[in-house]
Formats: sequence, structure tokens, C-alpha cells
Amino acid sequence: MSMFSIFNISGSAISAQSQRLNVVASNLANADAVAGPDGQGYKGRQVVFETTPMGSDASSGVRVSAIKESNEPLRKVHNPSHPSADADGYVTQSNVNPVEEMVNMISASRSYQNNVEVMNTAKTLLLKTLQMGQ
Amino acid sequence: MFANMTSGLDFQSKALVLRAERQRLIASNIANADTPGYVARDLNFKEAMNNATGGGLSNGLSLSPSSAQGSDSNGMTNAKHIALSGGTIGTLGSSSSLAYAEQSQPSLDGNSVDLDRERANFVDNSVRYEATLRFINGQSKTILSAIQGQ
Repeated sequence: MSMFSIFNISGSAISAQSQRLNVVASNLANADAVAGPDGQGYKGRQVVFETTPMGSDASSGVRVSAIKESNEPLRKVHNPSHPSADADGYVTQSNVNPVEEMVNMISASRSYQNNVEVMNTAKTLLLKTLQMGQ
Repeated sequence: MFANMTSGLDFQSKALVLRAERQRLIASNIANADTPGYVARDLNFKEAMNNATGGGLSNGLSLSPSSAQGSDSNGMTNAKHIALSGGTIGTLGSSSSLAYAEQSQPSLDGNSVDLDRERANFVDNSVRYEATLRFINGQSKTILSAIQGQ
């Protein structure tokens, strides 16, 4: 059924975007987290999207193929009074850039809204098709 | 006799199937707006409709999506190239090549979806889908009132 697969396509995109939004939330929540005793702070994560075929070759959905950790160096902040400060007075924090994450969040939410609108339109069209000839 | 009455409906139903097909393609493009390396695809409606109706619709002018750039109907710029197989359009059984949308603003990740254009196409296509539906409804109402003779 041609039009019904729009729900599968947009549904896959919605689930992928919501996973991206989840990762952004996790990054933002841990933006100021300091490193534990092992010196390893929180590393920002990014989702990797991948096209996945759905039914015929013309329709393709999207899925999250991997969640990768960022390799950027952890942020060091000079704060000698902090309980986790090292000998030189530096505290190791996560490598998350909050500005980048906010941009990522807006992009994810706009894409999510786009796909919801696609589904709504497809639903309206299908309902009108059902009423054909009445 | 009855074939005369329903031939118009037959034409509109083919158009409706093609519109649904294009709607699905655009939905795929919008779903993959953030996927690296995804190439946006689109349907040349006129060509597909020509194929579906057996060429009886136009006055012999068939414009392929890439013919403007000096390539032939298969999208090839050289006779030695291998022709694209192209997707077949659903239940109509006629093969119609799907075109690749031209990139308006190239992006670094190789994604060629122009979200503004796709959204505009989506709305445009859904309005045309509804128009086709109304044509079908109107024609079926006409046939019904002819049958009933009231």
C-alpha cells in the first residue's frame, strides 16, 4: 500500500530524531559534570543517521546506526577551591559544548515537527480517499 | 458504452496512484533530511503519467528531467554509459525513471535534500492529490445521476 508506508517512513524519522533529542538532553545534563576519581569526564555523544530501505526501492526511512562519543579533549577549568581539583588547581569537566548542543536540539525538534506534519497530511489525504464517491 | 463513461475515471485513478507515489517519495526525502550522504529523489510527473496512460495524453512532447543539460532520456551524457535501471511505479506496472533532485545548496555531508523545496513540493502534491480526488468524486456523481435519471 503506497500511501500507508508514509507512516512507516515518517515514523522511523520521528523515532530517530527523538533518539537524537535524547542524546542532546543527556549531553546538556552532563555539560558541567566533573570527572570522577579516574580522571575520565563525560564525553559528548552524537547519533549517526543512516538511510534504511522500506519496501520498494523508492521509499527509504532513516535509522540511528551508531552513537559515537566525541574525541575532543576534556575541558579543564581553574578552580583550586573545588574538591575535585588536581594538584595544579584544575578541575576536569565534560567536553560538551552547550551552544552546539542547543543548535542540535533545535534542528532535531524542527525535523521532528516536519515529520509529524507529513504524517498528519498523509492521514488527512487517506481519510479523504476513504470518503471517495460519497 | 460503459467504457466511455468510466474512461475519465480510469485516467484520474492513474493520476491518483502516481500522486500517492510522489507523496511517498517526498516523505522519504523529508525523513532523511539529516542523513549524511542521502540523495533526494523525485518523480517527473508528466513522464510518469505519459507512461501510465500509454502516451495517449500529451501531444508528443516528453521532457526528461535531465534533457536540458544535454543528456538523453536515460539521464546519460555519453552513449557508453550504463543506463539507470530506474524504479518501477507501483501498481501501474509501467517503468518510469526516478530523477535525482538537483542540489541547490551543496552541503558538506553529501545530503542533497532541500527541506524548503521538499515541504513546498509536499504541500503542492497534497493539494493536487485532493484535486484529483474531487475530480473523481464529481465524475462518479455525474455517472450516478445519469444512471438514476432523476
